[in-house]
Amino acid sequence: MSTTGLISDLPIGLKKTGSITPKRRSTRLPPWMVSWFQVGPLALILTVLFALPTTLFLIVSFYDYDRVGIYPAFMLDNYRELLTTPATWRVYASSLRFAFIVWAITLFLGFNIAYFLIFHIRSGVMRTVLFLLCAIPFWTSGIIRTIAWIPFLGRNGAFNQMLMGLGVTSHPLDFLLFSDFAVIITYVHLFTLLMVGPIANSLSKIDPALMEAARDAGASRWRTMTDIVIPLSKTGITLGSILVFTQVMGDYFVVRQMSGGQSASIVSMLSTEIQAMQYPPASANAMVLVIFVAILVGVMMKVVDVRKELVK
Amino acid sequence: MSERISDKRPWTFYALATLFGAYLLFLYGPMFVIYVLSFQGPNGGVTFPMVGTSVVWFQEVFQPGQMANIPVSFQRSLSLAAVVSVLTVVISVAAGLGFRRRFPGSGALFYLAVASLVMPSLLVGFGIGLGFQFLGWQPSLFTSALGAQLTWTLPFGLFAMFAVVNRFNRSWEEAATDLGASAWQRLRYVTIPILLPGIIGVAMGAFTLSYDEYARTTLTIGPKNTLPLEIYALISSATSPTLFAIGTLTTGVSFGAILVSLLLVLRMQRRRGRLDHDRLSVTQA
Repeated sequence: MSTTGLISDLPIGLKKTGSITPKRRSTRLPPWMVSWFQVGPLALILTVLFALPTTLFLIVSFYDYDRVGIYPAFMLDNYRELLTTPATWRVYASSLRFAFIVWAITLFLGFNIAYFLIFHIRSGVMRTVLFLLCAIPFWTSGIIRTIAWIPFLGRNGAFNQMLMGLGVTSHPLDFLLFSDFAVIITYVHLFTLLMVGPIANSLSKIDPALMEAARDAGASRWRTMTDIVIPLSKTGITLGSILVFTQVMGDYFVVRQMSGGQSASIVSMLSTEIQAMQYPPASANAMVLVIFVAILVGVMMKVVDVRKELVK
Repeated sequence: MSERISDKRPWTFYALATLFGAYLLFLYGPMFVIYVLSFQGPNGGVTFPMVGTSVVWFQEVFQPGQMANIPVSFQRSLSLAAVVSVLTVVISVAAGLGFRRRFPGSGALFYLAVASLVMPSLLVGFGIGLGFQFLGWQPSLFTSALGAQLTWTLPFGLFAMFAVVNRFNRSWEEAATDLGASAWQRLRYVTIPILLPGIIGVAMGAFTLSYDEYARTTLTIGPKNTLPLEIYALISSATSPTLFAIGTLTTGVSFGAILVSLLLVLRMQRRRGRLDHDRLSVTQA
């Protein structure tokens, strides 16, 4: 195969799958069994530490409880109570709104940054350095990166000083900190890299010759973008979107710290119940959130078959 | 390739470069503020203005205080992250290789990994904590906390391996087999060396995820806190520039680590390049 380099550079969709499963001459085990040995540890750990605990709180969500303890039962009261409380719906609506806004911003930023790094930076070393520059803040605790915004956005903060120094405003802006604005800024700060990574990975598989061909055939920059680049990077876009969406929906800390008590998040509501040892209602709450996230992710994965693109 | 090779840049380059620059400013702006504030004078607070400069807050970090014991929790976090990173590499590299063929149950396992990745973090910890409580076990660093973190780093490692393995050409392995390599030799001398950059990436990624993990760990850690949990305790009790000093220190350490690894990679590349060159000249001779 002298063309191997070329073929491995093609986007996956164009690859002939037939050439990838070769016949082994001397294997004692059937190939699927080898695969089972290789994925065995992963399957075991995910089953014991993820599937079983999830099943456990599914069961507990039907339990009865009082101030002293929890009692095996099968009742739907926990769910009924949860779903008939207006606060639940409010928190879900506000989390969804945050998730949507943050998703739109991180998608815009993430796609353009990834595109810049992959197609406009010519030297490999430079690209690595720029990637690392994006990644370095992630070695600092997320909690510290969150509260770093407080002295920056506060009344006497660096940003207000700068604005007043430039004469943009005469008095410090108050809406910057402890507001929805602060929450969104912090989310974008924390999660944009989750979008850059998968999209950059998708983009790097696009053969530049393909884009050149489009240009030679008279396609405008925009056409090339919408007809070639975006369709070929949809796996990365979907993966990044899933990550950002679920991170925001599962947030525990940012809303609590940055909204100044004006908003709550689903998980911080839940953690209050856990701290009060009210496990059955907490479990019901958790189950509703799990189902909600599962539906969201299911829809996204329906739009783009991530599995087919990732695993050949 | 004319436009990529020629020196004339399209306008989109400048637009995107500006956007990228703005993003970096956005990324580092608040970080820079905390770097400055970590040198706050002994009487200063967590916001501007600066009241003199000092390194008091750095000294505070290294002293086991009443509120939090940063040095010990830092060690705990490091050792947990190291264990998580090693386990993630071994398990997810193996699984990544296994997923190259279709096998019975591959779909189910794939979606199990996706579910584990997108599950709200606190809920994983909740489930495991609940399980330990039912079994009457005491949660601790290397049991429940390690397990809770693996449910996050393993799917991450698996997905990263998909990206790595996708670029791997199986004919290299076939060539090794044709030349008489055993399964072990093939893995040791062909597959792993080629996948090595990706594997290092997985290791670093898993280390970072574990080192910074809060929500999964908080309900599974037991009595001895990791660094993020200590930091969280510090925030809820009293805010002082100590937090910023921790931020400055960790960034400094990461910068150092990255510089060293970058230099190592460059040296490795240069050596490899020289080896190739030598080999070439031998064949030519």
